Amino acid sequence: MGAEVSTAEAADAHAHDDHHHELPFWKKYIFSTDHKIIGYQYGITALIFLFIGFYLMMVMRWSIAHPDKELPGILAAFLNKSWLNDQGLVTGDLYNMFGAMHGTIMVFLGIVPLAFGAFGNFVTPLQIGAPDMAFPRLNMASYWFYFLGGIVMLASFLLPSGAAEAGWTMYSPIATTAQLDEPNLWWTGQTFWLLGMVLLISSSLLGAVNFITTIINLRCRGMTWMRMPFFVWAMLVTGFLLLLAFPPLEVAAIMQLMDRLAGASFFIPTGLNFSGAGSVDAGLLDVAGGGSPLLYQHLFWFLAHPEVYVLILPAIAIVGEILPNNVRRPVWGYKSMVYAVMVLGFLAFIVWAHHMYLTGMGNVVSTFFQATTVIISIPSVILLTCLFISLWGGSIRFTVPMLWALAFLPMFGFGGLTGLPLAFNLIDLHLHDTYYVIAHFHYIVAPGTIFGLFAGIYYWFPKATGRMMNNTLGHLHFWPSLIAMNGIFLPMFFQGMTGFHRRWYDGGAQYDEITSRVIFDEGSFFANLFKDGQAIEMIDLNVFMTFFVWVLCIAQFPFIFNFFFSIFKGRKADSDNPWRATTLEWAAPNMPPHGNFVTEPIAYRGPYEYSVEGHETDYTPQFERGTDGVILGEEDPEAAQEEDGH
Amino acid sequence: MHTLGIINEMIGLPELASEHGSMVDHMLEMVHWLVAVLLVGWSVFFVYCLMRFRKKRNPKASYSGVQGHASHHVEIAVVVVEAILLLGFAFPLWAQRITDYPSGPDVVRVRAVAEQYKWTMHYPGPDNKFGLSKSDLISGANPLGIDWEDINSKDDFVYTELVLPVNRECIVSVTSKDVIHNLSLHPMRIQQDAIPGSVSDMWFKPISTGRWQTICGQLCGAGHGGMVGYMEVMQQEDFDSWYKENVPKPKDEKVPAAEPGDAEESPKAS
Repeated sequence: MGAEVSTAEAADAHAHDDHHHELPFWKKYIFSTDHKIIGYQYGITALIFLFIGFYLMMVMRWSIAHPDKELPGILAAFLNKSWLNDQGLVTGDLYNMFGAMHGTIMVFLGIVPLAFGAFGNFVTPLQIGAPDMAFPRLNMASYWFYFLGGIVMLASFLLPSGAAEAGWTMYSPIATTAQLDEPNLWWTGQTFWLLGMVLLISSSLLGAVNFITTIINLRCRGMTWMRMPFFVWAMLVTGFLLLLAFPPLEVAAIMQLMDRLAGASFFIPTGLNFSGAGSVDAGLLDVAGGGSPLLYQHLFWFLAHPEVYVLILPAIAIVGEILPNNVRRPVWGYKSMVYAVMVLGFLAFIVWAHHMYLTGMGNVVSTFFQATTVIISIPSVILLTCLFISLWGGSIRFTVPMLWALAFLPMFGFGGLTGLPLAFNLIDLHLHDTYYVIAHFHYIVAPGTIFGLFAGIYYWFPKATGRMMNNTLGHLHFWPSLIAMNGIFLPMFFQGMTGFHRRWYDGGAQYDEITSRVIFDEGSFFANLFKDGQAIEMIDLNVFMTFFVWVLCIAQFPFIFNFFFSIFKGRKADSDNPWRATTLEWAAPNMPPHGNFVTEPIAYRGPYEYSVEGHETDYTPQFERGTDGVILGEEDPEAAQEEDGH
Repeated sequence: MHTLGIINEMIGLPELASEHGSMVDHMLEMVHWLVAVLLVGWSVFFVYCLMRFRKKRNPKASYSGVQGHASHHVEIAVVVVEAILLLGFAFPLWAQRITDYPSGPDVVRVRAVAEQYKWTMHYPGPDNKFGLSKSDLISGANPLGIDWEDINSKDDFVYTELVLPVNRECIVSVTSKDVIHNLSLHPMRIQQDAIPGSVSDMWFKPISTGRWQTICGQLCGAGHGGMVGYMEVMQQEDFDSWYKENVPKPKDEKVPAAEPGDAEESPKAS
């Protein structure tokens, strides 16, 4: 009901377009309640944070590869010089700070806001034929909570203590006791991190409620559950993940805040005695004690594992939209994918303790979590298999969004498969917290999710701006990125197997006996090529990987240029449906007006009707009534046709 | 003892020096085979599709696509293999590690205590019983806060490196004085988080002698990257003489012969 009324209103509003021009700039573009504007705001902000997170990583990787070389000026220009030591080298403190903030920014301020906030906001209402989100003001609040959270996180870099430095996981007691030497504990990076997280979590919760309500209530006529594009399904599941998983972390953040500021001891055991080598004075720590460090880990991972699926589901879903569009045939096994994603969402809540195998876990608990962790691979394999099989029998167009989407498949698949060994407690005795783990989840999130997100940007760009992004620049962005991503992450598997652990600011130089394992003997071909004939050791791979970090950095410039150039000067999209796609967002005009659709959208069929036998074009949009358009939604086929008069 | 494994060999596992480590390596090899098969299968299918079904070669797409049930069979095969890995290997092997916990007088016991940024090993002495340690007794001279008044602590001693005899079961009780650390012994294929306020045991049986670096495997502060420790596995005779050297000189009583293995873990560093 709501949908019909508001769609009608929206259509009406569109007719009086000029009415909306009366909105002052700040209301239209800054404090907007329009889901598309909020989507853009999320998108731009998140992209900026992605680049900030990337910069932090460049500093870290420099330190890993060249612990004895001064940080190059171009990297040092953006940081507080007093954080470097006398020789201009990155210190352990700085590395930890950037490491913690790299993770935080990439996950909570970059990828989730881009995937869920930006794409979710922009695409979901359009795909279900809704005029806006169910709660537009809540939507605006969600963005501004996110924005404030981001500001708090960035501001923490300006504090005398610097930003948080206890890993993105912020385990207690290290996080609770870090920066205790500052005069005012409120003005420390650790405290700011917790405050920032409370804001970010609140933002996600508001967003989640909104998405769930919108998808359940605001689907247009004919948009039955099984006609929803897979993207919408993924958003629904993601919404539930955020809604149910984030509150425990919010609680954990507030409890840790109390530990830091109010003398509570939720996560601090009795009798901590510091050596004085860190930031805490030597001697007994003056706290009540009696808390449990493991409680924090449980609360953290209860969010942070579902969060992994929050990171990847939107990307799988974007690929699930782009793939059928460019193979020109329906996605294979749509129903299996829908059920798989629901099962995945459920299982995501009961695998968290596989991050804690080495905390001293008993047999029963470890059996349970090994089983669930292995079982969760099954729906993941189903999703990926469906996407792979969709290629069969297609007529593949290699458009730029398709290149990213195609690259996503093997990259994400590789990342997912290398998670299998890590599911086993026994194997974790060797691989836990090594670079194998880093490589595994970065394959999923970096060449996986981020590639999916790039695919989405290139794909929906014409809908948002009315213009296409440049093809050549797209290729210049894609190919070097693909190579560089693999150049960075592939060697990490080998280092991990050797025993390289994460979070070594010098990349393992001090663990010389472990890291000096020879890969290419003295005088061998590669040794002659790269190291003047000296044997190439495992640790030398650091230099190789860091080189590709620079390649990856340079490869982003064509994208940045393309993005802004195309907004203003890009080739105009030839129609509202330049990709000849089937889903409802392509029924709305490019740069959809407030209220989205000019005429009321109706879904007449499933989402991916490509290459239907006997149809004159190779795509039959959901919104095209056609000759078989009688297949309306459950309720009122006849009446609806009458009213509609399409 | 070396595990035969093509993939392990190719990827380059470090030297193996513990008994149960071969289980880890076998498991790793098996799971990697599953990964490899799926990866190669997917890749071949993927590349074939990209060539065979590109627009130029296949201008008209097929609505129905794949008809057979091959993918179901693949799914089922994956499920079966995973079930075998879990039920046949992962569960029983892990249970074995828990249920076959070594006990008896022959077991070597050490407490490994972490702090920023080093390890201190606490040996129970000939009585095989750890003396009490209390965190308020910790000082420069007594880094673990051992209560020297305690009867069990008379023959205890501390050492900076983890020294163990070869071919004997060892239980290392890992804990921390300040933040969470992790004692990671890659040649032994074992790691254990050192969590302040609790003691977690790990056990293994070194099968070859040698000297290796030990890693702190959990972020513990600015000096984390340099928290290098050493472990040494020596022949029994060498271990005995090393032990004797380090036991405090004024020996008061004889070793109680009655089942020292039954002795519980020493009280936690409270």
